[in-house]
Amino acid sequence: MLRYALKRLLSLILSLAVASVVIFAVIEIAPGDPASFMLGVNAQADTLAALRAELGLDVSKVQRYFNWVSGMLVGDFGTSYTYRTPVSQMIADRLWVSLPLALYALTLSTLIAFPAGIYAAARRGKPGDLAVMGATQLGVAVPNFWFAMMLVLIFAINLRWFNAGGFSGWDTGILAGLHSLTLPAIALALPQAAILARVMRSALLDILGEDFMRTARAKGLNPRQALWRHGVRNALIPVLTIIGLQFSFLLAGSIIIEQVFYLPGLGRLVFQAISARDLIVVESVVMLLVFAVITVNFLVDLAYAAVDPRLRSRT
Amino acid sequence: MTLLQVKDLTLGIHGTNILSHINLSIAPGEIVAVTGESGSGKSMTALAVMQLLPNGARAEGSILLDGQEVLNRPEPEMCQLRGSSIGMVFQEPMTALNPVKTIGDQVMETILIHKAMPPAGARERAKEVLNRVGLPPDKFPLSRYPHELSGGQRQRVVIAMAIALRPRLLIADEPTTALDVTTQAQILDLLKGLVKEYDMGLLMITHDLAVVADLADQIVVMRQGKVVETGATGHLLEHMQHPYTRMLFDASGHKVTLPEPVSSTPLLEVTDVVREYRLPRHHLFAAPAQQRAVDHVSFTLNKGERLGLVGESGCGKSTLTRAILGLEQVQQGQILLDGQPVFAGHKPNLAVRRKMQVVFQDPYGSFNPRHRVARLITEPLHLLDHPPAGSERQDRIAEILTAVGLGPDDANKYVHEFSGGQRQRIAIARALIIRPALIVFDEAVSALDVSVRAQILDLLAELCAAYDLTYLFISHDLSVVRTITTRVMVMRAGKIVEQGETESVFADPQHGYTQKLIAAAPRLPELSIT
Repeated sequence: MLRYALKRLLSLILSLAVASVVIFAVIEIAPGDPASFMLGVNAQADTLAALRAELGLDVSKVQRYFNWVSGMLVGDFGTSYTYRTPVSQMIADRLWVSLPLALYALTLSTLIAFPAGIYAAARRGKPGDLAVMGATQLGVAVPNFWFAMMLVLIFAINLRWFNAGGFSGWDTGILAGLHSLTLPAIALALPQAAILARVMRSALLDILGEDFMRTARAKGLNPRQALWRHGVRNALIPVLTIIGLQFSFLLAGSIIIEQVFYLPGLGRLVFQAISARDLIVVESVVMLLVFAVITVNFLVDLAYAAVDPRLRSRT
Repeated sequence: MTLLQVKDLTLGIHGTNILSHINLSIAPGEIVAVTGESGSGKSMTALAVMQLLPNGARAEGSILLDGQEVLNRPEPEMCQLRGSSIGMVFQEPMTALNPVKTIGDQVMETILIHKAMPPAGARERAKEVLNRVGLPPDKFPLSRYPHELSGGQRQRVVIAMAIALRPRLLIADEPTTALDVTTQAQILDLLKGLVKEYDMGLLMITHDLAVVADLADQIVVMRQGKVVETGATGHLLEHMQHPYTRMLFDASGHKVTLPEPVSSTPLLEVTDVVREYRLPRHHLFAAPAQQRAVDHVSFTLNKGERLGLVGESGCGKSTLTRAILGLEQVQQGQILLDGQPVFAGHKPNLAVRRKMQVVFQDPYGSFNPRHRVARLITEPLHLLDHPPAGSERQDRIAEILTAVGLGPDDANKYVHEFSGGQRQRIAIARALIIRPALIVFDEAVSALDVSVRAQILDLLAELCAAYDLTYLFISHDLSVVRTITTRVMVMRAGKIVEQGETESVFADPQHGYTQKLIAAAPRLPELSIT
């Protein structure tokens, strides 16, 4: 198990190194000099040179890559070209919204999907299954911003249970913060839950056809016991894969939802930075997201091994 | 007194009749074998006793276990019976165990689910039964996972689960079909011992008549959902009444006469071949260990000769076959066909490849279901420099289909329209169509019912006479190899341990392993034809 974890860790570090080179190279290829963009077309040559030096643009590309990477390792992501504030501070502020929101949405989606998927699989072809399948079909088909608008209409405007948008901040207490993230979390979670429920159901149905499920029934387990004791854990591998993918998506892919609810999240930060050609912010956020995705994949790999003993003994 | 009494059992699934008027009974300590070919309903009979029938099944009649009706009993009561009064062992040990749970947990579950003992007692009982089935806890701790065990060992775990609560009745559905002969002999011995020790009734489902004759007290022969003949083993074997029973036994021991090989020019020359595989490293900086799958193998196959290769799973048969077919390069030694190497300059030698064809075991998985027969069997023609075209091609297709016992009209059908035996004929037609110098039969009749197997063996004998075939016949089934080959090699752990004329090797095996193998294979009794 330890060797498996070490191997996965090694592959995580290598992936990060490769990703950093690729991200740096792509951003470098993009046309436009940030310094001249910031100062405008009429800037003096010596002012431009001074700014380039200040931004660290006056050294060789290789040197800049290493400055960037070594800075990130100690938490220094550089200075935003447009706001002139440390990028690390900007990202940290936004991360305090986006990370809790992603975790909140993922928790909701899992809490909805597991029971729904297991329920549908246990009643394959019966009305319960058809109802769940119909609901998930709808969940997959309807875009999440429409859900978001409906939620605002019902729970914020009509019932006045929640605010229609904005984030209260964590200073007023964890509950208040979670309260203001609830509607966006639900809007994000519903389509994900629909996908996850379908994956759970089909994974379980595959397992239900396995020989060892028949063995379990021959031992005297009733269908429900067989499903819970022998089915669910075996069905987890594909489900974990989807959960890992969904977390990565939720962390970065919630731009529209952040827009609908006026949330100061990572998605909006990237959106604004791209419009303003604030490449160092874009670079840093993309690197951070890559880090998050790779780390989540690493955790999913560890979870696979925890679920399936065959992976533990494989080297 | 009877333990299990099946009376007039009739079963339909979604209106299709599966079983009609089945009668059989089992006394405590008695072994009853239900035998028949695929589709005869023998497994359904077993599942009906367990009441684990597929959805849409409707059963009528009566199944009495210890005088109590089992049929259509409420599900919660059946759950109490299953595992405690009736245990069941299945065919496929590789998939019958949950891969993510330890063997200890799985054996204990049988005990705990019936609340028969507290957990500590269940643990002790699990150790006890695993020890009884030949998995002593000091060598096979309860914390082992199924993937750490071999097929035979897994089947022992399945048996341990089934007998943990000492059920009165044990049902075994083809329990040894997926196992090697020596493992099969051990598992059959184990079952026999358990029946005697616990005074259990054993309902054994098997297609293998040699196993039946060896093991059973009573035989029930089934065909198309009906019992055609039943009786005490000795009596039934002496006085078979039904022609189907007689046909089954004749087909099981079917013998063919092969024409004498004509020349003694070598066709396939295998010299000192070694094939190794790299194993995973034990730790990061250790040199990876090597597994030698084929270990200095040498033999010669002459033109017109029919050579058998037998051995148990993992002995290197398949690796050697792949090397001969030029699918993989060997590390050492040389393989020549007609004097030319099958592998030249790290690439398969196409000039040699067109002289070889192969017929595989699975007649269902070895065809593309979207192609018609004509396209399937003409596929090897692309190996030729000038493949036949137009009417010449049509003639070739018609000729070859006729040769394997099908008709020219079958060329326009799809494979799903054919039975398993017919598909194997198509596979042979595909191999034969380019008139190869050598055909490799890789377990080519192992998946077939005995009556179909007999027909395919007859076909091979006919083709030998008509086309002067040279083949390498790989099989774990000794009785088949004995009749369809003139010379045989016995392989074990990558080495050929014995080779010689088939009849003399079987009649007077020299190597200890060959003797063990032949002794372990169940044999059909010599039938006095009455």
